[in-house]
Formats: sequence, structure tokens, C-alpha cells
Amino acid sequence: MYKLYSKIFSTPKTVIPVNTLFGDENVEIIGKKLQKKIQKLFNGSLAIREIDTGSTNACEHELTALGNAYYDIERFGISFVASPRHADMLMVTGPVSRNMREALIKTYEATPDPKIIVAVGDDAIDGGIFRDSYAVLDGVDKVIPVDFKIPGDPPSPKTILCYLLKILEAIEEKNK
Amino acid sequence: MFNLISTQFSFFLALLLLAIGAIGSLIFAKKDWLANLWGNGLAILASVSGLVAAVKVLFFGESFTYVINSTLPNLSFSFMVDKLSAFFIFIISLIALLASIYGLSYVKHFYKKYNLGVLGFFYNIFLAGMLFVVSAHNGFFFLIVWEVMSLASYFLVIFENKEKNNIKAGSLYFIMTHVGTAFIMLAFLLLYKTIGSLDFNVIKENIGHMSLLSKNLVFIFSLIGFGIKAGIIPFHIWLPSAHPAAPTHVSALMSGVMIKTGIYMFIRLFVEILSGTELWWGVLILIIGIFSSLLGVLYALTEHDIKRLLAFHSIENIGIILLGVGSAMIFLSLNLKTMATLSLVAALFHTLNHATFKALLFMGAGSVISQTHTRNIEEYGGLIKFMPQTAFYFLIGSLAISALPPFNGFFSEWLTFQTIFNGIQISDIFIKSIFILAAGGLAFTGGLAAACFVKAFGATFLARPRNEKVLQTKESSFSMRFGMGVLAFTTLILGIFAGVVSKIILGVVNNLNGFQQISGIFSGQGKTFELSNGFAIVSTPMIFLILLVVLFLVYWIVKILTNKRKVKIGCTWDCGTKLEPRMEITATGFARSIIMIFKGVLKPSKKFEVEYQDADMRYFTKSRNIKLEIADIYQVYFYQPLYNLVISFSSYVKRIQNGILNAYVAYIFLILLILLLTFSF
Amino acid sequence: MAIIIWIIQLILVPILSPLFLGVIRKIKAHFQNRVGASIFKPYRDLWKLFHKDEVISEDASWIFRFTPYLIFTITIVLGASIPLFSNLFSNNLLSDFLTVVYLVALSTFFLALAGIDVGSAFGGFGSSREMTLAALTEGGFIFSLLALSFLAHSTNLFSITKTISNFSLFDFMPIILVFISFMIVMLCETAHFPFDNPATHLELTMVHEAMILEYSGKRLALIEWAAANKFLIFLSLGANMFFPWGLTAQADIWSIVLALVVFSVKILILTTFVAILESSIAKFRFFRLPDLLFTAFVLSAMAILLIL
Repeated sequence: MYKLYSKIFSTPKTVIPVNTLFGDENVEIIGKKLQKKIQKLFNGSLAIREIDTGSTNACEHELTALGNAYYDIERFGISFVASPRHADMLMVTGPVSRNMREALIKTYEATPDPKIIVAVGDDAIDGGIFRDSYAVLDGVDKVIPVDFKIPGDPPSPKTILCYLLKILEAIEEKNK
Repeated sequence: MFNLISTQFSFFLALLLLAIGAIGSLIFAKKDWLANLWGNGLAILASVSGLVAAVKVLFFGESFTYVINSTLPNLSFSFMVDKLSAFFIFIISLIALLASIYGLSYVKHFYKKYNLGVLGFFYNIFLAGMLFVVSAHNGFFFLIVWEVMSLASYFLVIFENKEKNNIKAGSLYFIMTHVGTAFIMLAFLLLYKTIGSLDFNVIKENIGHMSLLSKNLVFIFSLIGFGIKAGIIPFHIWLPSAHPAAPTHVSALMSGVMIKTGIYMFIRLFVEILSGTELWWGVLILIIGIFSSLLGVLYALTEHDIKRLLAFHSIENIGIILLGVGSAMIFLSLNLKTMATLSLVAALFHTLNHATFKALLFMGAGSVISQTHTRNIEEYGGLIKFMPQTAFYFLIGSLAISALPPFNGFFSEWLTFQTIFNGIQISDIFIKSIFILAAGGLAFTGGLAAACFVKAFGATFLARPRNEKVLQTKESSFSMRFGMGVLAFTTLILGIFAGVVSKIILGVVNNLNGFQQISGIFSGQGKTFELSNGFAIVSTPMIFLILLVVLFLVYWIVKILTNKRKVKIGCTWDCGTKLEPRMEITATGFARSIIMIFKGVLKPSKKFEVEYQDADMRYFTKSRNIKLEIADIYQVYFYQPLYNLVISFSSYVKRIQNGILNAYVAYIFLILLILLLTFSF
Repeated sequence: MAIIIWIIQLILVPILSPLFLGVIRKIKAHFQNRVGASIFKPYRDLWKLFHKDEVISEDASWIFRFTPYLIFTITIVLGASIPLFSNLFSNNLLSDFLTVVYLVALSTFFLALAGIDVGSAFGGFGSSREMTLAALTEGGFIFSLLALSFLAHSTNLFSITKTISNFSLFDFMPIILVFISFMIVMLCETAHFPFDNPATHLELTMVHEAMILEYSGKRLALIEWAAANKFLIFLSLGANMFFPWGLTAQADIWSIVLALVVFSVKILILTTFVAILESSIAKFRFFRLPDLLFTAFVLSAMAILLIL
């Protein structure tokens, strides 16, 4: 027990500060702007449910990395939840394979309004490297209406974080 | 008008009406609907009359004694209805009234299949037998009516005689109840031998003349005898098969009322007549209570036949009542009469409560069974959408039996806890530990009972139907709903006005011999209920009121705040898979964790059987059979050795009958010789 | 006057409870070398949930719709009836410890029913585990409060606090045993380590969370709020039963403010302790938990034997 505590207290903090986030990224939001009302609602607390519709798991790794001690997405009030009923935003990865089509629709219907759908990764946006395959329906927007897209194969956690914050447009205004 | 009818008149009117009902049902047996109406209708009238009699005794104190002498020696038809008998007559009449109302529609599904005249006949005789049992005051007369009650209930158990299981259950019940009657006879014979009379009054006065050994023997014999009827562990084996076999309104009566007659005699014999002399008597009953309650609820958790589950819960509640009776006897033997009074109030209150909520639960189960034609919980599911009112009443029954406020079960368990806390404060270390064990047992029982009823209610009524049969069910008919509704309302009323009811029960206890001047153990009539030594206060009406008021406030505030939000109806979220009934939790699965935790007591076992498509290759299975079982330790360790002993002894003795004529002549000669020798000296 | 204090406590508990939830998460985040969400995030969560729509399953019945209101009501009524910061008016009506135990059991009963109601696989086994743990916890819960009431010769929670604040250090041995037992019971009832992980996403490891997977919108907000209230209630029971110094017995404004400050400090200390515990040990395997609960029961029983 003592070794555990000494390790906890001797490790230095490595969280990247906010103002270095937008330094070298050219972040442009593809999609409509969030309604002011919803922006105010989700500003302090956003619950994300992640759906993997047949991806290569690369995007999932990057999304998992968002919660670690380096990027620490929780400090912005964003958290991942266990059920779409609890979620505000659905992050969909992977080109929608045929088997996951119905599950994706069910998840979409199980999420209460108001909700935001984000397609993460090139696969989710238009099929990526799997485009035109017989086994996938190219892209999430062929199944459910998508509000925002985050490009990249896979997008790094820094990119995802910048896009998320841009979507919420909170930190920019706070730090100005 | 009320004052003109004397207690005696209404009591005997009840008996007369039951007799008319019995004979009339037989006469009208050809026409199903008439037999049904006659049998149940006269039972209803008789119950009303019985209620009037009981109320007159309880509230107006008009107890009566009535003796009809007969020419046979030692047999006099002597009745005495004092407050204790009146209390039990009240319970019997109340439950009989509602069960008969329920029965009016319930027995409709026996039309054309079974003889309803026979049902009406034995039903009325059964009710009459119970009324006689709690008012008889002569040992011989008591044994006669005890036997009448047991025989009538036996015939009711095997009423649906086309099912083989019912006949087996009936035989087991028949044997066990007669073993019990044999022990009771032994006890009464012992009393007769030492005191010289079978009249209870005479026995009460001359009890001092009995030696300690005979008192102990009477205690042991009547404990076994009445214990078999009450269903204490380890004599309970007849209960889980007999109660489900009977028609439901009879099960409600058997489970709610008939086993209480055993408790009635416990109190009459041990507390009043024998005056709880020895300490170890009370300790033994307390330990039996602990075991019955814990084992009863553990076995109930393993069941997925809804009536067997309810039968095991009866065993559990008898255990709780025995905790109260046992504490009363311990306090009596230590001459702490105030504490003993409180214990008896707790035990009697729980008797009343258990009768109401057990009858309610059995009626609910009966409605479900009559609609779905199966007793297996695993085949129910989603019934709340088809039978909403039945589900609501069953929910109230489940809340009451799990001792949750503001219903009546909470208050009687609270009282039982308080008496056990009183016991823990006694200085003797041995008694203190027994009471601590009792408190622990009661605490665990409450929690496990709640778990069991979440399982029973949840698997039966909630979620999706597990079987197509469920889709054809309809709500129960009016009289069934009426019976259940009145009982549900009664549980709530008894819970809210618990203080008032306790005062009445205190009056009952004060009426017993030796408890006359004890009062002032608790105070507070309407709002709060407070123990006189300042140890505890509870206020059941305020709990109910406060919860109701705050619930309304919360609901309206939330509604006003979220007025603009919409509610959408969708599918259950199950990770996007297809929703099937197989995904829901089953009753077996629900209780599996608890069974595994208590596997030392329950000894679960799993048997696998596999059948392969191709016997050589053994890769593709044709069918798999998994059997989950609970070891029946009473059969293996208690009854089987007893049975083997009896059989081996009989086989040994059978050698006398060797069929040779000369041997028999030799026997006669030998006996003559012995007799001549004995009488010449 | 007693009604006014009761109403103040009624409103105080739901207002304060999300704060302590936020404190636990913040401390855990610091132990994990992160910054973590702000301590007021639970308030924002609740506000957002009240502004969202709901999706209710077609298999759900009135029990599913009714349960969140009932559970929330029970928690705030309990919060109003236990000693929080004032010893002034011993609120006799609901302060009997058996009433408290059985009201908590009532809320667990309905939550378990709501979990089964929707007919999902997760809700079913969540209810099964929750009822198993609740059944085994009742023994320890009743016995720990019973030991204290034998010390105080009354089952009223306010009387217990008055008696224990007069104790000398020497009589403390059995109280420490009871405190350990109560802590174990508290961790189980409020779904923290080692019984349940409140932040898990794996349904097979959930106990409390599994039953509420189906709730959304305002009903989810009520249930989460009720869980936070329950946590605060158990913490205040632990703080005020075992360390009752700081409860005010006067009615003037300065002693009430001081009592509130002392109360918050005590709860913060206990919250820190729970957070450190959550960061140090792992969640136990489900079938090891009954051993822990029986230990709690036995410790309290031993304490009773020592006291009497």
C-alpha cells in the first residue's frame, strides 16, 4: 500500500494545458453550428456514447486515450457513459457494416433529444478505405443524420479534443 | 339491534349457518352454480356472524362460557370464548369472509370437472372445525374437533383428485397431521393422568400438583403435536406440498388461519395453563423460531412454483411469531411479566398481519393461476399489462410481507424487534447471546424476504411475457378483485392505525390468566406509538402522511419545471440486439446468487446430461439436460433414518407372525401362564 | 419551530449532496494524476438532464414511471429526519433507527422492481445482485445502529448523538468496532468500492448502475440525485452518530452557521476517506462480498456483547 501511495504522490502532473491545444491545429468544423440554447445546455456537462459500427478499432483507441492523464477530457465536463439513454452525443466510428445497421438505428432511437451525432474518422464519414465494399454501407450519414464530422484515419486525440471543444465553442470564448 | 344480539347467539348462529351450508351443498351438488352459491354464500353469512361475535367480545368484553354435558365420561361440549379465542375467531371469520367472496368466482373453473357439492360440504365443515377448535375448552372435545378440522382439510387438499401430485401431497398431510394428533393425545392423556380431568379450567387451577417431569413431558409432546400443525422446522415437510395442492381460497385459509390454530394452542397451553415454567422451554421455542424463519425464507428463494414459494413464506412467518411466543415464555419464567406482555402483543399482532397478507398473496396467485393454468413462475411475465389490478394488490401484499412501511408487516416486525431488544438487555450471558442470534436472524429474514418478493413479483408481473399463454389472460372477475382489494386496504389500515390495534391486542393479553394487571407498557393511541421505558417511538400514520405529502410536492414541482419536455416511447435498450423473452431475468437466475452464498445450508447441486448426435464423434450435441436441485436434508437426515428404524423394527417383530399354528397356541398358553402368575401375587 | 428546521433539512440535503459527489470525483482524479471535472459538475449534469426529453421503453409499466419520484421522496424525507447539524428538536416522528433502515429497504425494493420492469438483461441481473447485497447488509446495518442505541438507551437517533457526545475516551472501544462495521455497510448501500464501481461501463461489473441503464431525462436526474442524497445521508449518519461534537443545541443564527460549517468539515473528511479508499483498492469479486458483510455483522454483534 505504501509503495502505491508513494508512486501516486511522486508522479508529476502531465496534463496538457488548454492554451497549447489550438497551437498547430487547423480545426474547421464541417457541419451546422450548434444552437445557442443547446450549447448553453451541454457546456458544462456532455455525455458521450461511443458506437463502433465495424471499424478497425484505431479510432476507439484514440477515443480511449482521451480519458487518460495527458489529455484528460473530464476537466471540460465531457464524460463517456454506459447507455445511449444517458447520452447527449453519439460518436460513431467505422463504416457502417450491414450487421451493425440495425443496431445503429436502435441506438439512435434510444437516445433522447436533444442529441448530437458526430462521425469520427474517415471511415465513418464516407467509408474511408472500405468504400464501395459489399459489406459496408459507406458512411454513417447513409443511416442516421450526422451533425458533425471529425476527419482523420484515425484522428489523434488532440484533434478529437480540439474538434469537441470547437463544437462546444466554450473554451475559446472563456480564454479570450 | 347490535346490543340485542348476544355473543353466544351470533357464535352459534355462525356454526348453524355453516352446518346448513355443508348439508345444502351436498343436496344441490348436481347444479354447479347453485352448490357454489350455497356453499360460499352461507360461509359468507356465517363469517359475518362470527365477526359480530368476535367484535362483541373484543370491544365490549362480553365473553361467554357454554357447557353441554353429555352422558359419555369426561366428554362435555364446553365452549369458552374469552378474548384470546375471540381474537382468533376474528381472524378466522375475516379471512373466511374474503376467501368465500373470492371463491364465488374462483371455483367457476371447477364447473363440470369436479363435484362442487363436495367442495362446499368440506369447506363449511373446515370452517366450522376451526371455529370449534379455538373455542373448545375440554380436552376430549378439543381432540374431536381437531380431528374434524384436519380431516376436512385433507379432503380439500385432495379435491382436485385428477392430479397425482395432489393425492401424494394429501397422503403426506394425512400421515403428518395424525402423527401430530397422536402426540397431542399423549399430552392430554398425561394431563388427565396427573390432574384427573380434561377440562381446561380444572387443569388451570390444579397445575401446581403436577410434577416437573410430567410438565416437561407435556411440553415436549404438545410442542411436537401442535408444531406439526403449525409447520415448524423440521416438521414442515407436509406444508409445501399440501398448501399448493388445495384450491386457492382453501390454501389462503389453510396458510393464513389453520396453522395459526397451532399457535393458539401454544399460547393457551404454554403461556396460560402451564404458565411457562421452565426457562429452557422458551429458549427452545426461540431457537425453533430462528431456524424456521431463516430456513423458510431460504427455501422460498429456491422455489419457482408460486404457491410453494408462498407456503415456505408461511413457515418463515410462523418462525417470526414463535420468536415472539418464545420471548414471552422466557420472560415469564424469569418473572418479567411486563416484557412478556409486550412479546405476546407482538406475536398476536403478527398472527393477524400474516393472515391478511398471506391470504391476499394467495388470492393474487390464484387469479394468475386460473388465467394462465400453470403454477410455474418461469412461464409468467408481463402480466401487469393484462391484469393491472391483480398486480397492484399483489404488490401491496409483497410490500406488507417484506415488512416495509407503511404497511402492517413493518409494525409487527418492529414490535418483535423491540421485544428481542428487551431480551438482549437481560444480564445473563447465555440468554443475551440467544437473543442476539434471534435479532440477527430476524434482520436477515426481513432482507431475504424482500429479495424473494422482488423475484416473485418481478418475474410474474413485470417485463415481457415469457410464454404465449400469457397473451390470452384477462383481468380477474369482480368478486376476486373485491376480495383482494379489501384485504389490501386492510393491510394499509392495520399499518396506519397500528397503535389502536395494539391497544386492543393488549386487552386480549390482559384477559389471559396471570396477566391481568399489566398495562402501561406502551402509550400513544393515534399519532405515535411509544414504549413506556422510553426506548423507542414509531409513528406509522405520520410515515404514511409525510411520504404522501412530499411525494405529491416532488411530483408537482418536477412536472412544473419540466413541462415542456416530451416523453417518447421506444424499445428497451439491450445493446441493439433483438429483444426476446429469453433475455429477461428468470426466477431461478435471480435467486442463484443467494443460493450460492448459502450453499452450506441449501446444498445445491447441478446435474449434466448430454445426448450426442453421433455417439462416436461426440462433437455435435442433440440435447443437453441440466438439472438444478436443492438437497432435501430433512428427508435424508431426519425422516429417512426414522423410517428405516421403524421398518427394521417392524420387520424384526414380524417374526412373531410366522404362520405356524402351533406357535400361536404356544403364545396363548404363555400369556395365560403369565397372567395367572401375575394375578396370584 | 421544529417544522421549520425539518423543512430546512428537507431542502438542505438535496442541495448539498451533488457537491460531495463532485468532491469524491475530484479527489479520485487527483489520485489518477489528472485534473478532473470541477466539483460543481454534478449540478450541471442534473440541470442538463432536467432539460432533456425522455425515452421510455414500451415494456415499462407504471412502476418504472413511479419509482424515481418515490425514491427521491424517501431520500429527502430521510435526510430531513436524521441529525445533520442540530440537536435542537429531537424529531421523534421518523428518527427511530428501524424506520430509517426499513425506509431505505423500501427504496431498494422499488429500484430493484424498476430494474426488472423493462425486461432487459442488465436490469434483471442488476436487481438480483442489488437485492442479494441489500438482504445481507440489513443485518450489519441494524446491528451497528442497535449497538449505539444500547449505549444511549433509546433508538432515537438524536438521543444517540446526545449520549455519545458526553462519553469519555475510555468507553470508545466498542464504538470503534461499530464504526468499522457501519463503514462497511455504508460502502455497500451507497454503491462504492469494494462493492460496486460507480464509474464503470462494463455491465457485468455493475450493481446499482445496471438497474438505471434504462432511465433518461428527468427520471434519470431524480434517481442520480436520490443516489447522491443517500450517500450524504449515510455520511451524516456516520459522522453524527460516531463523532457527534458540533451539533448545535441552540437556535440562534451564529450557532447554526457554526454547526453547518462543522458538519461540512466532518462530511468532507469522510468523503476524502472514501475517495482514498476507492483509489487504493480494487472492486471485490461478487462472491467475496458476503464475507465482508458477515464480518460487519459479527463485529457489531461483538460490540453489543461488549457494551452490555
